[in-house]
Amino acid sequence: MNKYDELMNRKNEIMLKSVGINFEKYKKGTIAFDYEYMMRDVGYSISDIMKIQSETGVGNTPLIELKNLTQLARKVSKTGRAARIFVKDEQCNPSGSFKDRRAAVSVYDAKKKGYVGVVSATSGNYGAAVASQAAIRGLKCIIVQECYDSKKVGQPEIIEKARKCECFGAEVIQLTVGPELFYTFLKVLDNTGYFNASLYSPYGIAGVETLGYEIATQCREKLGKDPDVVVATHAGGGNLTGTARGLKKAGADSTKVIGASVDLTGLHMASDYDFNRKSFTTGHTGFGIPFMTWPDRSDVPRSAARPLRYMDRYVTVSQGQVFYMTELLAQIEGLERGPAGNTSLAAAFVIAQEMDNDQIIIVQETEYTGAGKHVMPQLSFAKDNGIKIIKGNPLDEIPGKNIILPDHPSKLAVNEKDLDVYRKSLIRNSIRGLKCNTISIIDVDYLCEETRLDKVNVIKIIEGLGVYIK
Amino acid sequence: MISKGTWVEIERIVLSSEERTNNLPEDTKKTPLVMWVKGFCLDNCKIGEEVEVETITGRIEKGIVTRVEPNYTHSFGKYISEIAYIGLQAREILFGNNK
Repeated sequence: MNKYDELMNRKNEIMLKSVGINFEKYKKGTIAFDYEYMMRDVGYSISDIMKIQSETGVGNTPLIELKNLTQLARKVSKTGRAARIFVKDEQCNPSGSFKDRRAAVSVYDAKKKGYVGVVSATSGNYGAAVASQAAIRGLKCIIVQECYDSKKVGQPEIIEKARKCECFGAEVIQLTVGPELFYTFLKVLDNTGYFNASLYSPYGIAGVETLGYEIATQCREKLGKDPDVVVATHAGGGNLTGTARGLKKAGADSTKVIGASVDLTGLHMASDYDFNRKSFTTGHTGFGIPFMTWPDRSDVPRSAARPLRYMDRYVTVSQGQVFYMTELLAQIEGLERGPAGNTSLAAAFVIAQEMDNDQIIIVQETEYTGAGKHVMPQLSFAKDNGIKIIKGNPLDEIPGKNIILPDHPSKLAVNEKDLDVYRKSLIRNSIRGLKCNTISIIDVDYLCEETRLDKVNVIKIIEGLGVYIK
Repeated sequence: MISKGTWVEIERIVLSSEERTNNLPEDTKKTPLVMWVKGFCLDNCKIGEEVEVETITGRIEKGIVTRVEPNYTHSFGKYISEIAYIGLQAREILFGNNK
């Protein structure tokens, strides 16, 4: 056995030591676990979370109406009508993204449990969020990133994240492309005994609930009603899960939650060559689909991010459309924000046109921007890596080959994804590795909760896969 | 010569190509998993030589020196003419011809 396999075999032991949660407690049936019990076991109510977050300057971000974008949507809409577009300005959080909400709770929990440091494996904004919160709470911090290809060419956006983490006094370990990021991360946890500030722990997701809760309460205060639609960028699932749970806790039961991802179909996430041929390091289908169809692939045995429980609709947008919207947000709304945080904005601009003038659509986040993250360095980097930047029909975009900027705002379009396909995949993945071909009724109920399909459909699907109820 | 205590970046191979997981695309499998980390060097050293460093969290790491007092070179990139139309076009649609 080589050193890679040796360490990976100790994965569960290392994980349990570094997260301080006994996941066995929540097990039931053969494949099921009690998700709501796990979430309740966090032990903090939503108002406790708000208090924890306000201690470190997190949350209570502005909800801004994008009047010019709404007007533009109405001008190009087929009906001449479009919902009012609002954005929740999450870049106002201390480290510049909604990830501060997750980090605030994780780091608080780490300190409470007596850990002296925190570790996170992330190439995204979460690293800076954890580093920032660790600095405030007096904990050490190590961020492990996948940053370079084999020629040491780094994605400018990820280099900027490293800079930000280092600026908060964190140690940053940068790696070349590959899923063995997890192996390196495990080694660091094992050697340091630090806390795993996992994106997928119940604490992290509980942290995002305040975002959904604020959206509902702010919308009611400003407009006297709940939002019709909230669009959340979807990658690992925590963003959407937390937001939807927060909306529910605020009683916004009729608000539809739509997930949006950047379409990177055709690019392999572990490919050395493809690594620098994408312009988005998160919020894309490379994470979005795998995590939706098998949430427990996360670094914790049971992920608290379970998007199919909450997602009403799933759309993808092309890279060029997100860059286009980022430029538009700056030029006609005076808001300079990072591209990745505008994935949902691009989707919302299109979805708003399906709605009426008195309806409300809220884009659930923005992120900060600067060197490396901005539209210009990202497009420069794309060009340097052989990607063609052209004006045209965004639906013709081929990730890794070109980035197509819509030549007119009427050309923006989303790709509708069939949630039933992913629901079926989730069921298939959940029963994979079963030792016998039967599950209990508890497991069927669990699968109904996981997918929001009814019993009849779930039973049909599992029987189609050769599994029966005992 | 880089004096002891200088902030440097070091490089080390975490997993050789053979030691990497099997579940990888060809192009990645051919390359080693390499890491870079920064720290204060614990000895006098030179670029290209191995040295031990103390990272900002106090961990000791060993590797080949790649950069001395590494700076950040990511920038706002080059001017991208392809995006020039975006704001102008939208303003024309919204507010009419402002020229």
